Amino acid sequence: MNPAVLIASVYVFALAAFLGYQVISRVPPLLHTPLMSATNAISGISLIGSLVLAGAARYPTFAHILGFVAVTTATINVVGGFGLTDRMLKMFSKRKPRKKEAAQ
Amino acid sequence: MNPTTWFMEGTYLIASVLFVLALKGMSHPETARRGMFLAEGGMLAAIVGTLIGTHIVTWTWILPGLAIGSVIGVWMAIFVPMTAMPQRTALSHAFGAFAAALVGIGEFVVRGSEMNGVTRGALGFEIMLGALTTTGSLIAAGKLQGVLEGKPIQFRGQNVVNLSIFIAMLACFGIFWIHPAAQAVFYAMLGAAFVFGAMLVIPIGSADMPVVMSLLNSYAGLASAATGFVLGNNVLIIAGTLDGFSGFILSVLMCKAMNRSMTNVLFGGFGAAVAEATASADGVMREISLDDAAMRLAFATRVVFVPGYGLATAQAQHAVRELAELLESRGVTVKYAIHPVAGRMPGHMNVLLAEANVPYSELCEMEQINPEFPTTDVAVVIGANDVVNPDARDNPKSLIAGMPILEVDRAKSVIVLKRGQGRGFSGLENPLFFKACTSMLYGDAKSSLAHLAQAVQHV
Repeated sequence: MNPAVLIASVYVFALAAFLGYQVISRVPPLLHTPLMSATNAISGISLIGSLVLAGAARYPTFAHILGFVAVTTATINVVGGFGLTDRMLKMFSKRKPRKKEAAQ
Repeated sequence: MNPTTWFMEGTYLIASVLFVLALKGMSHPETARRGMFLAEGGMLAAIVGTLIGTHIVTWTWILPGLAIGSVIGVWMAIFVPMTAMPQRTALSHAFGAFAAALVGIGEFVVRGSEMNGVTRGALGFEIMLGALTTTGSLIAAGKLQGVLEGKPIQFRGQNVVNLSIFIAMLACFGIFWIHPAAQAVFYAMLGAAFVFGAMLVIPIGSADMPVVMSLLNSYAGLASAATGFVLGNNVLIIAGTLDGFSGFILSVLMCKAMNRSMTNVLFGGFGAAVAEATASADGVMREISLDDAAMRLAFATRVVFVPGYGLATAQAQHAVRELAELLESRGVTVKYAIHPVAGRMPGHMNVLLAEANVPYSELCEMEQINPEFPTTDVAVVIGANDVVNPDARDNPKSLIAGMPILEVDRAKSVIVLKRGQGRGFSGLENPLFFKACTSMLYGDAKSSLAHLAQAVQHV
């Protein structure tokens, strides 16, 4: 990584941190569990690093094996994380119609 | 750059934007689900982009990995019960961090000697954060699942031992940074980080888990961000940083809700010094019969339920909703008071009650509900203890002094559902139980609530 790239990366990091702070401090405590689950699924993006490790040309077999395990665990996070988040959020959003039913 | 690389970078940019939009959607339950679809789209785009843009030659390792991961992931998404959400989340922090650590090791194996100083620095952070989060999260998951003792496990000189491991880890990092060819040092750093992660979480009791979970969430994200620095990949940096900051914000919120500093949670060993600090509260606990309790609830105008971790262990979320609906049909106004650290992870109680179809408009935050307690006829405390302990407000000597609490003792009457007469998790005596306005209803929360519902029907 040369200095120019590093500086650009630090900019990206700083801006993402700022943006994250702004966006996430608006999430109500009601949704903190789904939030944690969602950000966890999103950070499963390390899957793309794992894919390269598992399948790139001229890498030693040991790297491929590490990549294989990493692909597996990262995929569990992505698939399981998004699935669970959706299951939780579904529970939160289906309330209104039910409430009306009860009121009638 | 050839066209496939352009395509790949394009998908990364799209993914980054979609991730931010997804988290923005999280600001309201109505928009949250749509937001997550965007994030899923972004993730898919990034994966497809990577598979096309980087020159993948062997699929032998990728396809089985994706397949096995998807099967386990889908299984988790469908079958994990909501009550097990804290341990599932801890486990996924472990998986995410482990993936980051493995990618780091892989990078070291492939191009360890040709890395420059900056990349080596990032790699060190990736390995250390990834490894310590992996074992730390596993220990946390074990405690939450009940495989490991939930109480703080402590021994003399624990902090000294932990500090030495931490310093050893940093020393290895320093040596590796100077001598990139020193393989043994690199792996020693990895090992030290694994041990340090476990040692860090072992002394922490289950009641402090909301902070630890948030902190591990933060570390897992930062490990991903460090991976981004190593690989020079912006989408990794962005997604990892978002995750890292989300966890950080949550842990600060959780600490605030307990009036404790992060250092105190990590190194304080809560629950150790209890014996001296617990002046036994005087008075007697008054027991109440099911019928009397039901009568009081049925003729109340305003009832507030205060759930705690006991609700989760007894899986009583459906029972409480049924009782609440019965009361509502009699014209009683019912609300739920949720303390930020009730349960074992941020938002734990909200998810459980949402699962039982409690409308989210009835779930009230602490600041919102506290002024309403004086006009509340009955506050029903279900398996909560420290979050309703008036000592936190009144007794400056208390271990939890200054912790903001749900002021149920200001309600006209209080019914406490409790398994037995024993002290709560923290071992602190709770003066609330001895107050004149408080009555105790002993027994398993789920069956107590079910019986209460029956009794209310017959009133």
